[in-house]
Amino acid sequence: MRAQMMTTTREPQEAVGTPAVEIAHLRKTYGALVAVDDVSFSVAQGEIFGILGPNGAGKTTTVECAVGLRSPDSGTIRMMGADPQADRDQVRQIIGVQLQESAFPAKLRVQEILAEFRSFYRHPADVSELVEAFGLADKERAYYRSLSGGQRQRLSVALALIGDPKIAVLDEMTTGLDPQARRDAWGLIEGIRDRGVTIVLVTHFMEEAERLCDRVALIDHGRIVALDTPAGLTARARGGKTVRFLPSAPFDDRLLTGLPGVTRVEHQGQHVVVTGTGELVNAVILALHAAGLEAQDVQLDASTLEDAFVRLTGTHPNQEGEQS
Amino acid sequence: MSSVSVLARPRAPRAAFGQMVLNEARLAWRQPSGIIVGVGISVGLLVLFGEISVFQQSSARLGGLSAFTVYIPILAAFSIGVIALVYLPGPLVAYREQGILRRLSTTPAPAAWVLGAQLVVQACLMVISILLLLIVSIVFFGAGAPKNPGGLILAVLLAIAALFTIGLTVAAVARTSSAARGIMAGAFYPLMFFAGLYYPVQYLPGAFQAVSHATPLGAAVQAMQYAMLQGFPPVAPLLVLAAYALVFGLLAQRFFRWE
Repeated sequence: MRAQMMTTTREPQEAVGTPAVEIAHLRKTYGALVAVDDVSFSVAQGEIFGILGPNGAGKTTTVECAVGLRSPDSGTIRMMGADPQADRDQVRQIIGVQLQESAFPAKLRVQEILAEFRSFYRHPADVSELVEAFGLADKERAYYRSLSGGQRQRLSVALALIGDPKIAVLDEMTTGLDPQARRDAWGLIEGIRDRGVTIVLVTHFMEEAERLCDRVALIDHGRIVALDTPAGLTARARGGKTVRFLPSAPFDDRLLTGLPGVTRVEHQGQHVVVTGTGELVNAVILALHAAGLEAQDVQLDASTLEDAFVRLTGTHPNQEGEQS
Repeated sequence: MSSVSVLARPRAPRAAFGQMVLNEARLAWRQPSGIIVGVGISVGLLVLFGEISVFQQSSARLGGLSAFTVYIPILAAFSIGVIALVYLPGPLVAYREQGILRRLSTTPAPAAWVLGAQLVVQACLMVISILLLLIVSIVFFGAGAPKNPGGLILAVLLAIAALFTIGLTVAAVARTSSAARGIMAGAFYPLMFFAGLYYPVQYLPGAFQAVSHATPLGAAVQAMQYAMLQGFPPVAPLLVLAAYALVFGLLAQRFFRWE
């Protein structure tokens, strides 16, 4: 439902005012390496926007430019209308950032780290509420070094929200978490968005993007190769849906290739795989029935965002995940 | 733009710096090697030297001074040197390695504040150590009060500034905290030699004394000793310290990397 609100039929600007994030023609090079090349996208207020892509694709460079840690070679960035370089003080008041691989001093207690970060902001969030929401209430007196990976990650996200930001930028938030902790973190993110915070989420977990994101930008070799809702990307990857079945008798492929919406008919052993769009299953079964045939063992292939990732970037996301 | 311009004062509140100092002080207390070495060793050595009777006898080779008296400013220089060169760059480089400085750069608090907070805490340790050296030597071992307290304060401040900027330059150029420790260990012991820690400078040949007076810790000892025993320190060691502070201050500023 959320995803539908964000489709192209309605301009986000008209719906919710100034875009939270607006990036146009962003380019960033490191020497001869072009890390980000002509990246443009805009994130509406209250949206959860995913940035996906293989390692080294330029995801982190893009968000580092967005939060003002790096200055772009060219292109413009606006965070709630402000330039992260020219208006860096204003931008830092309204963003909360969780960086990859950022640690805190081992011998500080959780409550001391929270107190320090809270003091940076003139209108901070309610710390006890945050601590409660992130399951850190019984860890407030614990040293940072004694926290588990999941607890450190939750603290890091809590610190990103301690300034009550309008935009939260979370880079690989759930990397290194076990599956249960990851699901818990997803719940937290949805809770944050329900408070009206816009979220930019860098991830390589397809399940995470599918579950959380309203829209996803798929970045590869510094360029956006696709920008759509997770469902839209998935559909695009397959060029539609596929129906796989076992026909009761052999038949001429033309029986199906002539149907409206069907784009391809393939044979996998005894099985037939039909790719197409629209009411594919009904169309196929009716056509077979009309020819006196039956379809057995029918499977509608639900293609996933992971398929989209593989197809559009030529790499497998989980391999990438293990490398990082 | 309208959505952010309502925030009238975008910088972090000043109280944030106080919070940083507080946390840096907690870290110094919980990882007390800086306190143990920077304060404990110099005061401990002072007490030890005070108990050795031969150290209390005045010596013609030391210009009529006792070894104990000569060692008070040397131990003060040791405190300043070991804290600034050994205990300042390591944590600072570690903050950079661990991404703490980067993370701070995304908040309204300037990352430079955490560096400032560390300097405040380390400077406090240096001052505590020097005060303890003076109090213990006067109260328990009959040393005289400093002849020129104002000159001593000036010499101490210039020495702290010179050594801090050297420590910060190392933190700026060292890629890793172990590299910082390596550079510092290599620099600290020769500098302490020229400060007279192992052997009073007065015993050394003239050429060595000239080198000593040109080194930061040697000049610091010279200036502090003069202020303790005679009067306002000569200009030469004060200028040497000021020159180090200026040159290394510029180098540190030029080369410091936040990530």
